[in-house]
Amino acid sequence: MQHYQTKIYQKEHSKGVLSYLKDSLNDIYSSRFLAKQLAVRDIKAQYRQSYFGILWAFITPLTTAFVWVFLSLTGTIKLTDTGVPYPLFAFTGTLIWSMLKEAINAPISNTNSAKGILSKINFPKEALVISGIYKLLFNSVVKFVMLFGFLIFFGVGLHASLVWLPFVLLGILVFGTALGLLITPVGMLYKDVVKFINLGLTFIMYITPVVYVIPKEDGLMKTLMELNPLTPLIVTTKDFVFGTEPMYMGYFLIIMGLSIPVFFMGLIFYRISIPIIVERMSA
Amino acid sequence: MKEDKDVLVKVEGLSKKFCKDLKTSLWYGVKDLAANVVGNKAERQLRDKEFWAVKDINFELRRGECLGLIGHNGAGKSTLLKILNGLIKPDEGKVTINGRVGALIELGAGFNPILTGRENIYNNGAVLGFSKTEIDTKVEDIIDFSEIREFIDMPVQNYSSGMKVRLGFAVAAQMEPDVLIIDEVLSVGDLGFRIKCMSKIQKLLKNCAVIFVSHSMPQVAMVSTEYILMQKGAVVSGGRDVGAGIEQYFSKFSSKNKQVLSSKNVVLEEIEITSEANHIFENQLSINTGDVVTISGTLSLPPHIKKITMRLGIFNIEYRIVAEVDSRQTVDYLEPKNGQYKFNVVINNLNLRYGKYTVHVHVMDFDTNEKVLRYSDATTFLVKNTLPIGADFLLPCEWS
Repeated sequence: MQHYQTKIYQKEHSKGVLSYLKDSLNDIYSSRFLAKQLAVRDIKAQYRQSYFGILWAFITPLTTAFVWVFLSLTGTIKLTDTGVPYPLFAFTGTLIWSMLKEAINAPISNTNSAKGILSKINFPKEALVISGIYKLLFNSVVKFVMLFGFLIFFGVGLHASLVWLPFVLLGILVFGTALGLLITPVGMLYKDVVKFINLGLTFIMYITPVVYVIPKEDGLMKTLMELNPLTPLIVTTKDFVFGTEPMYMGYFLIIMGLSIPVFFMGLIFYRISIPIIVERMSA
Repeated sequence: MKEDKDVLVKVEGLSKKFCKDLKTSLWYGVKDLAANVVGNKAERQLRDKEFWAVKDINFELRRGECLGLIGHNGAGKSTLLKILNGLIKPDEGKVTINGRVGALIELGAGFNPILTGRENIYNNGAVLGFSKTEIDTKVEDIIDFSEIREFIDMPVQNYSSGMKVRLGFAVAAQMEPDVLIIDEVLSVGDLGFRIKCMSKIQKLLKNCAVIFVSHSMPQVAMVSTEYILMQKGAVVSGGRDVGAGIEQYFSKFSSKNKQVLSSKNVVLEEIEITSEANHIFENQLSINTGDVVTISGTLSLPPHIKKITMRLGIFNIEYRIVAEVDSRQTVDYLEPKNGQYKFNVVINNLNLRYGKYTVHVHVMDFDTNEKVLRYSDATTFLVKNTLPIGADFLLPCEWS
């Protein structure tokens, strides 16, 4: 006979943190097809019921960028010189920001939309997280193809530093997903969490150099921006896109280095929390 | 040692509590999340507004055995299945499962309505744990089994609910589990497909330990080797005598459906049902399939009704009439005396299958052919199988 896989369900955890992480990573590996399948399913379904389809991926960052370009051109607000044509700067910034925002929201929205199967089928829940990352990657690739067009159009050109872009982007996605994972368990219980996070992000965007650069002269804004852990993510990505000297490489690497353990912590928290969420949400 | 290995499912002192109030439940959820991080070893007490949805369940199941989990709505059956399936964690006790678990619970969960049937086979298959190559090799079998090849490339949102179930079952039936959990999945779909599902399940039964939840007692009687009857989360009874369990299950339905439609002051004064053995179970007559049953009673009628005919209808638990006896089978009419009629009807070989039955009394005025009394749920009785029966009743026959 085949060798049995023994499962024990009881109230307390008899296992250590590391063995949870090991289980989690094992499940990520064993559910790689499921993760891919879920991502393909969602991407297909998303675009099949839409006339403009993939265009929507551009429209949101384009409109945000357009608002800022308008404000800047009309002289409503006066911005420090960004070094590149402002429309390009604003578009790039909002594009990266939208990715980060999507990454933070991804675990919770994917878990939410899987409610139906969560309460009925026992499958590796990590697949939801990984499929979320796949979907984000897909959306990012689409967006960046358009960005490359803009880079050429505005005469900035494609710099050699762009080869680092995939790593930086993956870093941003992991960072966002890690944060998202930590808030998912509570967010699944209370809808307030998602609203609060999105409200918070709207404000945080203004103390992050998304559509403007960090002020040169010292002041509250400069201090806030330089402390803000999102600053190095946005700035470094922009530097790679525009081929400029990365200003916050050190801070960026620290954030990246931290986001991996945080991601693992998020995975463990997510794994042990799912049964409680399923219990509270299903009828 | 070998004995122990054969035990695929072992459940010890399993309990689970739920909260009645949503707001409180969510708050407990947050507390549980926090407690969970630090191991959550403390003993669980009932908190305010909580109740035990499942309390102290114990059983063992070996390969080839099938546990029928019976009980009325809200008895805790589905909660127990969710724990066994690893979806939620117990508050007390322990479940040990050896081998792969397959669950037939709400088929087609996770179907995306926009995508085609074929695409959803891949999605559903992936969720159930199949690899891409496994699905590639099985996809044609799945389509054939579902019998909806014609519509397989149509979006699932245009499928009828029966078609969705067909596709869902066809995918799930490809599992080769050691432990199979079946929750009320066979109550949907058309008859032909239900039969197909049932025979597929019968095939699976041989090689797994099965936990079977159904409200269809004939199905439970057919497949289960043992049973647990649950009520309000707790075990009422259990064991290998599935028949006794089902009898007890039926006795828990109290029939308070008495409906009397009477014209001309016709009254059913009394009615009694008896059998040779006269085995009374929880205040109801319990008979074996094939017993001789006597139904007797008294009608009081106004003097102008000189001649009547009677009919007794036997209804099953689903309120479907399964058999009737009519006075005109033996006499043209019955004659009341002094405004009364005492009837006595002997029914030979009442070959009904398992279940609880109710007797409805109809009285007609022979002269005017007018219905003068219709009395629903006049009395009830239980039938126990001597043989497992799939149909509603066995026909009397001679074999040689």
